[in-house]
Amino acid sequence: MSKPRVAIFDFACCEGCQLQIVNLEEELLDLISLVQPVAWREAMSESSDEYDIAIVEGSITRPEDEERVKEIRDRAGILIALGACATIGGINKLKNNFDLDEVKRYVYGKDAEMPHLNTAMTKAVDEVVKVDYKVHGCPINRSEFTYIVRCIALGKEPVIPNYPVCVECKKRENVCRFEYGEICLGPITRAGCNAPCPSAGFWCYGCRGCVDDPNVNAAKDIMEKYGKTVEDLMQKMALFGSGQKTEARE
Amino acid sequence: MSQSIDINVHHLTRVEGHGNIVIKADDGTIEKVEWQVPEAPRFFEAMVRGRSWMDIQTITCRICGICSISHSLASIKATEDAMGIGVSEQTRKLRLLTHCAEQLQSHSLHVGYLAAPDLFGVKSVVPLVASHPDVVKTVIRIHRVSNEWSDLLGGRTTHPITIVPGGHLTPFNENDLRGLKKTIEETTVPDLKTLAEVILSVADKLPAFDRPTEYIALSGPDYYTFYDGDIASSDVDEKVSVREFEKVANEYVSPQSTAKWARWHRESYAVGALARFNINADRLLPLAAETAKKFGLEKGCCNPYMNNVAQVVECVQVCEHGIQLIDELLSAGLKPEERNVTVKAGTGVGCVEAPRGILFHKYTYDEDGICTGANICIPTNENHANIQKDFEVLVPQFIGRGKEELQQMLEMLVRSYDPCISCSAHYLDVKFA
Repeated sequence: MSKPRVAIFDFACCEGCQLQIVNLEEELLDLISLVQPVAWREAMSESSDEYDIAIVEGSITRPEDEERVKEIRDRAGILIALGACATIGGINKLKNNFDLDEVKRYVYGKDAEMPHLNTAMTKAVDEVVKVDYKVHGCPINRSEFTYIVRCIALGKEPVIPNYPVCVECKKRENVCRFEYGEICLGPITRAGCNAPCPSAGFWCYGCRGCVDDPNVNAAKDIMEKYGKTVEDLMQKMALFGSGQKTEARE
Repeated sequence: MSQSIDINVHHLTRVEGHGNIVIKADDGTIEKVEWQVPEAPRFFEAMVRGRSWMDIQTITCRICGICSISHSLASIKATEDAMGIGVSEQTRKLRLLTHCAEQLQSHSLHVGYLAAPDLFGVKSVVPLVASHPDVVKTVIRIHRVSNEWSDLLGGRTTHPITIVPGGHLTPFNENDLRGLKKTIEETTVPDLKTLAEVILSVADKLPAFDRPTEYIALSGPDYYTFYDGDIASSDVDEKVSVREFEKVANEYVSPQSTAKWARWHRESYAVGALARFNINADRLLPLAAETAKKFGLEKGCCNPYMNNVAQVVECVQVCEHGIQLIDELLSAGLKPEERNVTVKAGTGVGCVEAPRGILFHKYTYDEDGICTGANICIPTNENHANIQKDFEVLVPQFIGRGKEELQQMLEMLVRSYDPCISCSAHYLDVKFA
């Protein structure tokens, strides 16, 4: 059986999730024994339009990018959304909380009307095309990425955690961030990162998006217990979760 | 000799972000020489408005995946400046040590994975895995250590967690620092010597092309700085306080290009490793100075392709400096620290040297610590005009060499600046029309 051909594409993002692929270091050489990279502009000058798996990083922020991602979707058998910008819109969705014309004028002043500065509401990739697999996080977790690619190459279905970050955080024996008077999104955020932020002494800001069915009532209880409001929680959620489709927004 | 050349490189490869090169020459007359940056802007300066001071670093470090530590440091320095927050010597040293990791990571990635294929005459690092496995493995080892260094000091490889206003979180202990020092001394320093020898053996592939320009970098009193100091220029002796950076980075829109350009004393200036070397070379530590000497790199160098070599020199520099910093931290003893932040209204500027050059963040906060305005000035934007000016001198000088060689020289030129176009916006292409 020939190796699946993989192409990597980037849209509006910091390209930090592609960097995590480079950061696999020696392990990347092992991964290349399972799949064949055929297009990856950031790392290769070689390029091909024939691929089985498309890995798409970044948010969709312009009409022409919607067209481009649709073409990629048409060519690929499998499409993987890579990182928070692609899976939930990420930081880029903060922009959607403002009037877009005002945003352009604020940053570019009198040049705001130049056509190349055009922008539209930020969308996650699955708001434009069908996404088969999501590699969550900002940035992605490298071992989760290789796990998902290995599963696909071997024809298995990857299992992505659908429980909150608190589970992994407790396993690491961290003191709860709420005990420090902070607001942490651990109770509603999808695990799989192994809680690096609370483990370093910082709150979870929800870069992996919400679990499928977040326990909103439990989150409300926690807020009440620590004298915080749902509005406080929503403020924190806006960073990575602006416009996220979830019951937790209600 | 008459020359008709049409070069059109759309989405230049092996750079971070997208850009185009367009060259058109007809019958010996050069009609078009353009470095284009078709941007997909992300509007960070607008997006931070209305957010708490506690969230600003979390947002703005996402400007760039490669230099997220530099953006984090510039961000918290701006917040600290706005609110008059001081930090301990331990925090300052931990920040310097974290910043060293990023310079090593970014430079080794650029020299080893993105620029080296040009010197070996191949299209990417992939063929080098088969033809030069030992070289690739050396680069991988250097890069891996730099990432483990970031993981330890920053809480993870990319988008650091520990860099916060008023302090530096310490999810590590003195033994971890000892282990890091041992790895740098025993693995990375020897690996960098090997890498320097390898690059030296193919350094004749770097084109001989000089164009005097203005170089701008931070300059501190007593060491090769990436973090402290004032803004210095190779054109004048007087330095400018970072708070006055808007005097230096005069952004303007050129009719030739859609990207914003910047100038100070000339029509363009350059920032990055070569600029820092040209300003601060006499403060390099011994092994780094020796490495520069091996390449014949001297203060006053104005060959932009030598930025790759300056990056190798800085890789050595940050390892030597990193070892020093660890020694100093260990002899003082690593202590848990309280952060004292009193929120107040104000405007502040934070400046650091990102791997690609001097970086500025400026924020205004209201009395509740809510950000009401921001201005962020990115090194790649500062270099755009200088790249264009290089093109304008290089193309007539080398057009006789034909399309293929000229295109290769132009692509290498852009890569040598190590542009980070996600930072400045998002896009870079080269078109030979």
